Amino acid sequence: MSTTTTSDSRSREKAPAGERVADWADGRLGIYSLAKANMRKIFPDHWSFMLGEVCLYSFIVIILTGVYLTLFFHPSMNEVEYHGSYVPLQGQLMSEAFNSTMHISFDVRGGLLIRQIHHWAALIFLAGMFVHMMRVFFTGAFRKPREVNWVFGFLLFVLGMFTGFTGYSLPDDLLSGTGVRFMEGAILSVPIVGTYLSFFLFGGEFPGGDFVARFYSVHVLLLPGIMLGLVVGHLILVFYHKHTQFAGPGKTNNNVVGMPLLPVYMAKAGGFFFLVFGVIAAIAAIAQINPIWGIGPYRPDQVSTGAQPDWYMGFSEGLIRVMPGWEINFWGHTLVLGVFIPLIIFPLVLVAIAVYPFIESWVTGDKREHHILDRPRNVPTRTAFGAAWISWYFVLLVGGGNDLWATHFHLSINSITWFVRIAFFVVPVLVFLATKRICLGLQRRDRDKVLHGRESGIIKRLPHGEFIEVHEPLSQDALHTLTAHEQYKPAEIGPTVDENGVERKVNGPERLRAKLSKGFYGEDNQIPKPTVEEYKEITSGHGHH
Amino acid sequence: MSSQDIPEENLPAAQDADEHAPGTVAVADETNPFADPGLPPHEHRIQDIDERAASRSERTVAFLFTLSMLATAGFIASYVTIPSDKSIYVFPIGHVSAMNFALGLTLGVALFSIGAGAVHWARTLMSDVEIIDERHPIAAEPEVRAKVMADFKQGAKESALGRRKLIRNTMFGALALFPLSGVVLLRDLGPLPGTKLRHTLWSKGKLLVNMNTNEPLRPSDVAVGSLTFAKPEGLEEHDEDFQKEIAKAALMIVRLQPENIKDKQELEWSHEGIVAYSKICTHVGCPISLYEQQTHHVLCPCHQSTFDLSDGARVIFGPAGHALPQLRIGVNDEGYLEALGDFEEPVGPAFWERG
Repeated sequence: MSTTTTSDSRSREKAPAGERVADWADGRLGIYSLAKANMRKIFPDHWSFMLGEVCLYSFIVIILTGVYLTLFFHPSMNEVEYHGSYVPLQGQLMSEAFNSTMHISFDVRGGLLIRQIHHWAALIFLAGMFVHMMRVFFTGAFRKPREVNWVFGFLLFVLGMFTGFTGYSLPDDLLSGTGVRFMEGAILSVPIVGTYLSFFLFGGEFPGGDFVARFYSVHVLLLPGIMLGLVVGHLILVFYHKHTQFAGPGKTNNNVVGMPLLPVYMAKAGGFFFLVFGVIAAIAAIAQINPIWGIGPYRPDQVSTGAQPDWYMGFSEGLIRVMPGWEINFWGHTLVLGVFIPLIIFPLVLVAIAVYPFIESWVTGDKREHHILDRPRNVPTRTAFGAAWISWYFVLLVGGGNDLWATHFHLSINSITWFVRIAFFVVPVLVFLATKRICLGLQRRDRDKVLHGRESGIIKRLPHGEFIEVHEPLSQDALHTLTAHEQYKPAEIGPTVDENGVERKVNGPERLRAKLSKGFYGEDNQIPKPTVEEYKEITSGHGHH
Repeated sequence: MSSQDIPEENLPAAQDADEHAPGTVAVADETNPFADPGLPPHEHRIQDIDERAASRSERTVAFLFTLSMLATAGFIASYVTIPSDKSIYVFPIGHVSAMNFALGLTLGVALFSIGAGAVHWARTLMSDVEIIDERHPIAAEPEVRAKVMADFKQGAKESALGRRKLIRNTMFGALALFPLSGVVLLRDLGPLPGTKLRHTLWSKGKLLVNMNTNEPLRPSDVAVGSLTFAKPEGLEEHDEDFQKEIAKAALMIVRLQPENIKDKQELEWSHEGIVAYSKICTHVGCPISLYEQQTHHVLCPCHQSTFDLSDGARVIFGPAGHALPQLRIGVNDEGYLEALGDFEEPVGPAFWERG
């Protein structure tokens, strides 16, 4: 026992309680090295960075309210007679699932609120992921080293869709049951194994007595479990990679400029959780969602007009509604193309956006890390592709709601369906071309601003009578920001004959890449950013205004 | 395809990585007016220089937190005092449940105020000096990589996996086979389809029972222009398999003028112009329920498939792939409508074995 140890332990005793708890934890969990790296971690600030936070917080809200709902919900399809406090449905036959949802809505105090928060949070979660994904897409935040996190995010979006679908099918009401029937019809269309898949999923013929219980375990256990793992992985990678930032004075590809996690970001992000939760609670207080008592319990021989899925499933509804009813009968079999083709296109619509980052990195051949975000205008082809994809998605959403468009705008449903059939192919192309032009126009404007300065709005009359508008030169901050982006040169195929005169074979992929690269970075596909020489020549005088 | 065949010069010049270390300020000079001027100097907020403004912010934050406490108290009070069946009128939403409205708004305010307080605190009172942190390459240093590779090779060598092929192959075999047990276990998720999708409850002599009145239908009950839904005699709502059976057997009955029926078989299978069709759409199985008297068209409200009931229920618009199956009907000795057999083809959505 040396004296130092004694004095050391004495000072420990005097340490505040919080420090002693932290020491205890560090001795067992090693939290200090974790805190050293992360406690003052820097997070850059930009409004668009909070979109992902909206998703995270609504996900937490969904889990909290979902656990509460499981305390009262009975995932069973046993038929019971309704004897709750909602008078119009007294004596109705319904499944226990519907009955317990009625119980939550009318007889559990606050049950309706939690149900509505759960459902609204799910819609906001999906919408948040959609917009967050677009933010990441249009700013190029998916580039190396973040490709894996892009895939994680994409999987979360897809799993979120299916968690939502299985969730809103649980009350076994007339509307959601119609959606499940649609799903059954789609599964039946799968060649060879369709009927088997359907019988295994429903435990026999539709609707059977099993699917609510099966959807329940998928909805509360399987999918959320996977999603929770992906969310944790997503966040770990965000911390590990450090957040991206936009170009600007002092911001380089090798640093990250912003506020520290403790205290600013913690207060802002922590506070933002409460803002999101509070807003969702207020929405749930004033805006009714999924009023199953007005829809009634599911009966396979009943339906109502205006049947719509939740919004995120709307594009698949559009696919199924506008597809012509092709059926091929041969050798005693039926190929139900009218349903099977939409079933195949459904994942392809999503995959189209998911694989884009890998196509872009193949075209550029760029293996460097990118931490500075692109302004969408500076990557016209990517931006145009993204805009075209969104327009494609929205065309399908219009198709999914063709009956509502018809009744609300007094249009013919046949014309809307035909419009969507044609627009499915035409609109993305038009949007692609238009977006690209707009991006190039904005690039030209940036170029003009750098070279000629900002329009000041001041009109000056020169001695000889000419009127000119005074252009103010930009600050150095602005000059740097507007010229900080990189521009690729299109990849050339290179010489096909080497120095010995031996001909090299140019394979298909290589030719395709050269072509794509030209489309991305060729002469008319990006505006060369101003060079220092151009700038100097113009600003060096010679009566320029 | 690797990136090697993309010449380096096609990539943009190395980002200003080495030009300046983080935090240093590159002054714009004659050579490069576009150079990074470095982080702009910090600008003080009013709260940084005026203590009165700072205390005002403090009071605002404290007010928001207090408001949250009050709202939580309000939440509990609403939960205890408001009867759960009370409805109130709120402009402009209309009549809503008082309980849901009060609980939701108090909870919303309680949460929102905490958030607003925290954000206001962060924005006005916490330091807003921007800090620069360095990034490090995500990929490991070459020495680390070499060490990992060497360690792995050593480990792999010590396992003798590559040398003892017998072990390796049998292990792969075992690992590949055992998941089959899991697949086999899924077999009892449901029975095999067999011909179940081809048959319904309808058979010769079964009466057509009105879905609404639960009484057998007579031809005189079916008026021209009306749409009647029917189920087979003996199927009751309380039956255990009611949902499954009605999903296939649901029937839609209309009366047309016999001279308006264009399809020969349809006319043969009808009775005095009364025709019976499956109510289940041949697209994905929604119940068809919109009937247009003048044109004899029925429309499925789900995906708008439209069928012409006066012409063998053929598809005239929408995504359905084939006509609705018709049930052959007649009248029995007592004058009730009856089925003369089951549907001759499967009802509902098409499937591979349908043929």
